[in-house]
Amino acid sequence: MNALQAAWRLLWAGLRGLSGDDAYDRYLSHLHACHAGTAPLGRRAFYEAELDRRWKQVNRCC
Amino acid sequence: MANGRLMRAVAWTAIAVAGASAVGGIALHRGESINALWFVVAAVCTYLIGYRFYSGWIAARVCRLDATRATPAERLDNGRDFMPTHRSIVFGHHFAAIAGAGPLIGPTLAAQFGYLPGTLWLLVGAVLAGCVQDMLVLFCSTRRDGRSLAHLARDELGRFGASAAMLGTLFIMIILMAVLALVVVKAMAHSPWSTSTVFATIPIAIVVGIYLRHLRPGRVMEATAIGIVLLLGAVAAGGWVDSHPAIRAWFDLDARALAWFVIAYGFVAAILPVWLLLAPRDYLSTFIKLGVVFLLAIAICVLQPDVRMPALTRFIDGTGPIFSGALFPFLFITLACGAISGFHALVASGTTPKLIARETDVRMVGYGSMALESFVAIMALIAACVLDPGVYFAINTAAGVVGADPATATATITAWGFPVEPVQMEALAARMGEVTLYGRTGGAPSLAVGMAHIFGSAFGEGLFAIWYHFAIMFEAIFILTVLDAGTRVGRFMVQDALGSLWPPLGQTSWYPSVWIASILVCAGWGYFLYIGVIDPNGGINILWPLFGMANQMLAAIALAVVTAIFVKSGRLRYAWVPGAPLAWLVTVTSVAAWQKITSDDPRMGFFAAARDLADKLAAGLLSPERAAVAPKLIVNQQLDGWLTVVLLIIVWTIVIDMARGCWQHVSGRRPARDTEAPYVATQLT
Repeated sequence: MNALQAAWRLLWAGLRGLSGDDAYDRYLSHLHACHAGTAPLGRRAFYEAELDRRWKQVNRCC
Repeated sequence: MANGRLMRAVAWTAIAVAGASAVGGIALHRGESINALWFVVAAVCTYLIGYRFYSGWIAARVCRLDATRATPAERLDNGRDFMPTHRSIVFGHHFAAIAGAGPLIGPTLAAQFGYLPGTLWLLVGAVLAGCVQDMLVLFCSTRRDGRSLAHLARDELGRFGASAAMLGTLFIMIILMAVLALVVVKAMAHSPWSTSTVFATIPIAIVVGIYLRHLRPGRVMEATAIGIVLLLGAVAAGGWVDSHPAIRAWFDLDARALAWFVIAYGFVAAILPVWLLLAPRDYLSTFIKLGVVFLLAIAICVLQPDVRMPALTRFIDGTGPIFSGALFPFLFITLACGAISGFHALVASGTTPKLIARETDVRMVGYGSMALESFVAIMALIAACVLDPGVYFAINTAAGVVGADPATATATITAWGFPVEPVQMEALAARMGEVTLYGRTGGAPSLAVGMAHIFGSAFGEGLFAIWYHFAIMFEAIFILTVLDAGTRVGRFMVQDALGSLWPPLGQTSWYPSVWIASILVCAGWGYFLYIGVIDPNGGINILWPLFGMANQMLAAIALAVVTAIFVKSGRLRYAWVPGAPLAWLVTVTSVAAWQKITSDDPRMGFFAAARDLADKLAAGLLSPERAAVAPKLIVNQQLDGWLTVVLLIIVWTIVIDMARGCWQHVSGRRPARDTEAPYVATQLT
């Protein structure tokens, strides 16, 4: 059962990482680790800023 | 220890033997049909061998990848674009970025030569050229703070190289968007089911966009799950629309109306905020794309369909009905994306290198993703080749080539040696929930029929129409994403260029500038789309080779940059690794461009076609409908001819410039400027 649970967790974490679902969590932990004291962006502000950055360059091919 | 090495040697020998037998089996087989599993085995073994040995050698000897060297993601970590990320996640992101409609459409069109040429070039091209390009560009960019291809070109080849890379990128995007838009328009024309399903994807994406921004910001998984359920509902609802006489008429649109709709849509989508339409649809299309690729692989392995296309067809001589041109060089132009794609160099320099946590990950991400992309192309080739060859040609050949009525079309195709009956085509169309499947050029409908055939047989008979329209929706959804995203990126490039003429036009958030630049980009691809739609020969026969040449040219620019870097960074003896594919690409692109410019055959040469049409128009030989569009087609053929001339000049200027720079360095006349970021030891554990 434990092995099954561990496999599910790994799959779930992988899906979240691939889809970008965990982007905000990773941003918070990065901010906490490297720039402690900086006020973090809110969830929505972070999401908007990320989209804006991502779609200003070629990130989809033919 | 010795035991382990022996086991590994035995395993790799077995893979090599299996792969060689499968490739040999495919190449030498001359029967009625051949099992598709042979292709899967040949492909997987070839990629494994290429990955294990060639990419391993490149990583260790050529690039000298160093796991102790801190990557830009670590050194410049800002928690946003620069961020060390686990390699399997980077692999997923990179693959999702490079895998588009190209590797699905190219092999479908190239199947007119038979299954063998396409299969061999997809395997050889990917292992020796495409994967190598992606890996080396990723490596060079990772060693240079994740710089873009244009930036690398400016550093290595000077300002002209950078301008050529920029111009090439903009050009290839315009042609790419036109050709992909044409594919969607052709798939939707007079197909209420497809049209209503594709239209429904727009409000669905908006619902998902609102959910992601306002209701549950950034919860991509939840929003994607909702969106996918809605999309599947839209596919089923399309069947209902199709069966309802009054509602059906609303969505029964001709290609011209759809072309105008797609152009207007591209403009609106490009100026709307990304969160509303572009980003949510991209989340949906990425999930569906990965899901379909995975399902198709399983279905092919479970069902093991028979490939009915012959190994080689008579059309290798250049008389093909889907696109003109002999096997050499047009196979290599048509199959662009699954074997080598210059566009990948833009993702491999820019987004991906900023996420690489360890330099050694470059091998898996760069080489591995491209091998997987090539595998997608092999599956698309299988899907095209499991169709009866007669059916394949009936779907993919324009009415202008084989005749508009079913009896003439089937008689012409049967006379080519690919028997097909009108009854067979009617039954197939009815099974797929379509009125007709004749002359549905562009590759999407025949791929959808092939996929419906494979999925329907593997996962339940009787749902063919649903699978067919699911496949059309699947292609349309990421083609529309490319249209929005491409128009947006094109807009930034145009704004950048306009800004140097008059600074206010360079402000990316100033509305007049946004509007002007977006209109310019949409007008660019919209023009080619519109001409493609009114062309009685289908349009794809002109646009796809133009796209293929532009794409291979961009790959040549990328490989020229890498070769220059190699020569200047003490890797002269390995310069052939990027240099050999570069020489091949320059040869292929030049021969193709030369034929397109100088050929006297109106089916082949752009200028010859313009002259031929002008003569026929002057002599009054054209029907009234054809005469009405002839002046536009003549101008377009001439424009395409001149664009090809420009392409040829750009490629050769870049190559000569690169060779001159390398010679100056080798002969000691000019010392190399080290463009690599200095070594910093990694702190990652």
